[in-house]
Amino acid sequence: MFELLGIPPQALFGQLLLGLINGAFYAMLSLGLAIIFGLLNIINFTHGAQYMMGAFVAWMLLNYLGINYWWALLLVPIIVGAFGIVIERLLISRLYHLDHLYGLLLTFGLALIIQGLFRNYYGISGLPYSIPPQLAGGQNLGFMFLPNYRGWVVAASLVVCIGTWFVIEKTRLGAYLRAATENPTLVGAFGINVPRMITLTYGFGVGLAAFAGVLAAPIYSVNPNMGADLIIVVFAVVVIGGMGSILGAIVTGFGLGLVEGLTRVFYPEGSAVVIFVIMAIVLLIKPAGLFGRTA
Amino acid sequence: MRKTGFLLASLAASLIATTALADTAVKIGVLNDRSGIYADVAGEGSVIAARMAVEDFGAADKGITVEIVSADHQNKPDVGVNIARQWYDQDGVDLIVDVPTSSVALAVNEITREKNKIFMNSGAATSDLTGAQCSPNTIHWTYDTWQLAHGTGSAMVENGGKSWFFVTADYAFGHALERDTSEVVKAAGGEVVGSVRTPFPGTDFSSFLLQAQSSGAQVIGLANAGGDTINSIKQASEFGITQGGQALAGLLVFISDIHALGLQTAQGLVLTESFYWDLSDQTREWSQRFGEKNGGKMPTMVQAGVYSSVLHYLKAVEATGGKETEALMAKMKEMPTDDPLFGKGVVRADGRKTHDSYLFRVKKPEDSKGPWDYYETVSTIPADKAFRPLDQGECPLVK
Repeated sequence: MFELLGIPPQALFGQLLLGLINGAFYAMLSLGLAIIFGLLNIINFTHGAQYMMGAFVAWMLLNYLGINYWWALLLVPIIVGAFGIVIERLLISRLYHLDHLYGLLLTFGLALIIQGLFRNYYGISGLPYSIPPQLAGGQNLGFMFLPNYRGWVVAASLVVCIGTWFVIEKTRLGAYLRAATENPTLVGAFGINVPRMITLTYGFGVGLAAFAGVLAAPIYSVNPNMGADLIIVVFAVVVIGGMGSILGAIVTGFGLGLVEGLTRVFYPEGSAVVIFVIMAIVLLIKPAGLFGRTA
Repeated sequence: MRKTGFLLASLAASLIATTALADTAVKIGVLNDRSGIYADVAGEGSVIAARMAVEDFGAADKGITVEIVSADHQNKPDVGVNIARQWYDQDGVDLIVDVPTSSVALAVNEITREKNKIFMNSGAATSDLTGAQCSPNTIHWTYDTWQLAHGTGSAMVENGGKSWFFVTADYAFGHALERDTSEVVKAAGGEVVGSVRTPFPGTDFSSFLLQAQSSGAQVIGLANAGGDTINSIKQASEFGITQGGQALAGLLVFISDIHALGLQTAQGLVLTESFYWDLSDQTREWSQRFGEKNGGKMPTMVQAGVYSSVLHYLKAVEATGGKETEALMAKMKEMPTDDPLFGKGVVRADGRKTHDSYLFRVKKPEDSKGPWDYYETVSTIPADKAFRPLDQGECPLVK
């Protein structure tokens, strides 16, 4: 049988597809980070905790209020996003005039507090959350069995990522956002409420993380550390893509998912570090990231 | 470090007892993971279990004053060793119990021997504690990798699972579990068709599971623990691996993991444990009391083991009338063990505590009567068969 580097091509396609699915999560999370960094200049270390909150709030809605997965997809980003807005107004907004480092420390501390609270209340092992019945089962693609839910994850994240990119790059609202990133004082002088725009942007970025959390709940363990495990990788994705670059975050998110998927076939032991190796190489060759602009 | 000072002897009791009994004061340190992946397996529940042992034993009435302290070793050997050293040198701790995470347990094993104190391990898996690294100061109480590998491994092969593929966490514990189980599988006439080493800790196991699926093996052995196991089982169910006829064997699964997975996902999984709350009237009664103190969560075998080990220690303190290490260790090995949770057993010369071991199968959702009603017993492995034979462990204490 025809083989590619010792692996049957069918197995390879399967692994590439799985890589793409993981990439979908990287893309959604790094997109939120990139937007927040781009506009607020805040390195949002709370992002992982907000992703975790997304999964937990979905669980709470189901178990306390009987609200199903589909409503959770809509409601959870709004609830967690609102929480993000409160955090931004109360705490983060006080740090804009200071160095990046302070924002990083604040958000990192917040992440630890949020994780600690959830751990204290719900324990560390996690909570069960089932795949919605409409998406149970899967398709036999010939080269692999694709669970319907994974297909849905890729589709949903592509729609969200492309939609976000479109709004920011192609609409008037996006133009204001981009202008405010460049020069907030000047944009303010044109009568645009820049602080409110910043607050809403933070809320939107947080909402994206929560959306990813809801998508993750049925397939990954819903536990207080689920975000902490993922966020370091996502930061590497953002650095590779270029800090603050929207398109960079999306493309490198999916791309690195593929690279990681391939590593899992050829050298599984290395699959946890391959992204960081790439990050080191990119930083050496193009410090601003693949899609970043050099200042 | 959190300290839960817990003085049991009431003033009144000690006043009454002044004439008959010389007071012995012992200090027990519960050292475990209070915030990381094993916090639900051990954690605060183990402290509750230790306190219950002191109360149920009636230590105060017997003239024994017991103080319990606890600390978080964060699953790091250096942190664990520092706490143990401070406890032994400065805080006057006589006994350390629990200590999940094999690497930390092995480190505490060494320091306990050096300080000539006593270490009764409930939480760690490595069978080296009673093997090459056995110590005259250590008792390994609840379970170990040999027991798990033999319990689950041989049962699966007997039931027709001849070919195996391992999904192995890429660190010492996972390698040991894979090695031990592979030996069992081969000895029983099965074969190992492949394995994959997964980075620890991991989130997405689908691509490793796909490799396991395409290997065509009858059994996929999960040589991992905690969140890794939960994620693997969750995703195996999603990818229709069990529905496709391949069986999953969880080599280290605790009841808290099943609770996190839910029966819908975990049903049919076969696993080995030393304890389950719903085994007998006695275990139910105790677990009920434990659950009331632990926010409704039923005990894991590790927490039950902490209760049972503290109880045995206090019996030895009572019998010897003091807390001299050699005398206590000799007494604990001489006295047969007997308690409501683990039944009858012995502490062997190599420090291995024996008791019956159980092969469980996770119930289908429709067969479960409610939360925590998760296991049905497939078979009971008697105490003398459940653990590694004394002469095979290469422990220098065994002559």
